[in-house]
Amino acid sequence: MKNTYSNLQLTALVLLRFLVGWHILYEGVAKLLNPDWTSAGFLSQSKWILSGFADWVTSNSGVLAAADFLNTWGLIAIGLGLLLGLFSRVAAVAGAALVFVYYLNSPPLVGIEYTLPMEGSNLVVNKTLIEAGALCVLALFPTSKIFGLDAFWAGRNKKSK
Amino acid sequence: MNAEKKNNLSGEGKANGQGEGMPRRTVLKALAGLPVAGVLGFEILKKKNYDINKRSSVVKELGLDSIDFPMSDYGTKKHSGDLIRVGIIGFGTRAVQLASALGFKHPDEVKSSQQNNTLAAWLEQEYLNVAITGICDVFDMHAEKGLATAANEIRPGGKDAPKLPVKRYRTYREMLDDKEIDAVIIATPDHHHARFATEAARAGKHVYCEKSPALHEDELNELYATVKSSNVVYQLGHQITQSIVFQQAKEVIKRNLLGKITLVETTSNRNTASGAWIRHLDANGNLKPGSEDTIDWKEWLGTAPYVPFSIDRYYSWTKWFDYDHGMIGQLFTHEFDAVNQLLHIGIPKSASSSGGIYYWKDNRDMPDSLHCVFEYPQHDLTLLYSGNLASSRGRGRVFMGHDASMELGNNAIITADRNSTRYADAIKSGIIETGSPMISFNPEAGQIDAVTSASEKYYASRGLTTTTINGRRVDVTHLHLREWLSCIRNGGTPSANIEMAFQEGITCIMAHKSYIEKRTVEWDEVNRKIV
Repeated sequence: MKNTYSNLQLTALVLLRFLVGWHILYEGVAKLLNPDWTSAGFLSQSKWILSGFADWVTSNSGVLAAADFLNTWGLIAIGLGLLLGLFSRVAAVAGAALVFVYYLNSPPLVGIEYTLPMEGSNLVVNKTLIEAGALCVLALFPTSKIFGLDAFWAGRNKKSK
Repeated sequence: MNAEKKNNLSGEGKANGQGEGMPRRTVLKALAGLPVAGVLGFEILKKKNYDINKRSSVVKELGLDSIDFPMSDYGTKKHSGDLIRVGIIGFGTRAVQLASALGFKHPDEVKSSQQNNTLAAWLEQEYLNVAITGICDVFDMHAEKGLATAANEIRPGGKDAPKLPVKRYRTYREMLDDKEIDAVIIATPDHHHARFATEAARAGKHVYCEKSPALHEDELNELYATVKSSNVVYQLGHQITQSIVFQQAKEVIKRNLLGKITLVETTSNRNTASGAWIRHLDANGNLKPGSEDTIDWKEWLGTAPYVPFSIDRYYSWTKWFDYDHGMIGQLFTHEFDAVNQLLHIGIPKSASSSGGIYYWKDNRDMPDSLHCVFEYPQHDLTLLYSGNLASSRGRGRVFMGHDASMELGNNAIITADRNSTRYADAIKSGIIETGSPMISFNPEAGQIDAVTSASEKYYASRGLTTTTINGRRVDVTHLHLREWLSCIRNGGTPSANIEMAFQEGITCIMAHKSYIEKRTVEWDEVNRKIV
């Protein structure tokens, strides 16, 4: 890879990675720590193109349990990957996809109304979509080979060449 | 930008020429995420402790720290005892739901629930070891639907469930005479309830009867005496108390968390034609099927005064006092049962009702706006009922105590009173807030939530027709039938037993009498008579 960052660019990117990683890791841990947590509430509010899928998940207890498990541990794995800089690019891509699915379940589009209170005022764009965008940036501008455990992989790969 | 200051992404530059191992600087940089993860871990522990402390201080304040909710044995026990052969009298809309709760669906309904993905959950419903072996309905179309439902083999219990032949009975008497029927479910219009239940008890059949128990005082007395002197298990169809949240509300009452309760407010709030019992038309405004050729009209009328056949009366019978007590019989009964199961207040000293037909000005007898006041001087309490069929604004069901109030839907929300004596210190010190619920019982979780979040508050205000037991969603009607069947097999008294049914029946008859006679009616405790 030929691209290089200035110190300031690198600092900003690493900081962004830590912030998003922190947020996603805590989302996962909070679900893990709350034995009563289930995605059923969120999914039952699903509108727009994924509402059919959400209905299918909630109406089937086995599928719902699997979705809850994968969601919780997926968030934890993605969060840890971003924070520690381990398989950071995979984590960022997976995170972007997952967060985008959250967005698709409840996008703030004109004409779609939610009974649950939303955070802030949103029109088409909300914080979830911005987080998905931030994860795309992190996937395209990796920093984990400098500030992250991926550095060890990079080092080993180089040695074996 | 200075070239030396650039950072190479592959981490090569720094490692170059530094020998075999990675330089310490590179290693330290690579581990930069660890302290951040450490701080997050520390913050998580801090938050967890804070939440536990806050929760336990509210919970301790309320004395809830030693609450033990009995874990239900639902779905864990294998069914025991003999197969019970059930006959259903009246196979209309309610019977379809009852059959489904017993474990029987019509093939068409199986198909539609397959389409909306509810079939799998229904098939997981506990197998109750029953067979519907008899259907009695005066309308051929309903009877045939019932026969197909009872014979459908796709059901909980699967292929192992016994397949018994299903028989159609033209009249309830034929069914009651048949030794092959062990128990009956009565889901007819209300004017048949008391008579059918009484005769069923006399014939030695166990009875599950939809509300209301009786329309007249004399038939209620006869029903009570007959069931009391028999060995049959009588259960009135009030399934809502099977909800797990009711057990939690019971605990709240038992622990006197609300203080002295002097007022209970109950309401019904509907705003549709169907909700106002206009039910003889289909979605396109055409008359629903049925004629004197397919409906045994004389049998349908039973002991009610003769009128010529009317499809309106057949489907929308609730509108006429010959067949029921309107909102008192259809809606207040549930409210009364909910309150009586919790407070055991029994029959009121007096009842006074008023109302009128203010919106649905058709051929009906029943008022669409009805308000009843029941006085219980013996309990220092007033029970209010207010029903309206032309506004669906939810007004809830509220128990008002000196120290706190409880709104009980399918969720119990307890809010401390700002002038409470008991919680005065806790309110002053900020442990308890009066602006938001102090505690709420989330039926989905089955545990006390003392730190109520915004979304929880929202869910709390919603009603559900199912409850959650051991992580499974369960139909409450299914649980109510299950309790009845369990009492038949193992003895015991069901929750909506004949005593409760008698208290409810008398209270409803008092409220109805008061509306008709435009006066306050009283209960003579000594002579057990309405005066």
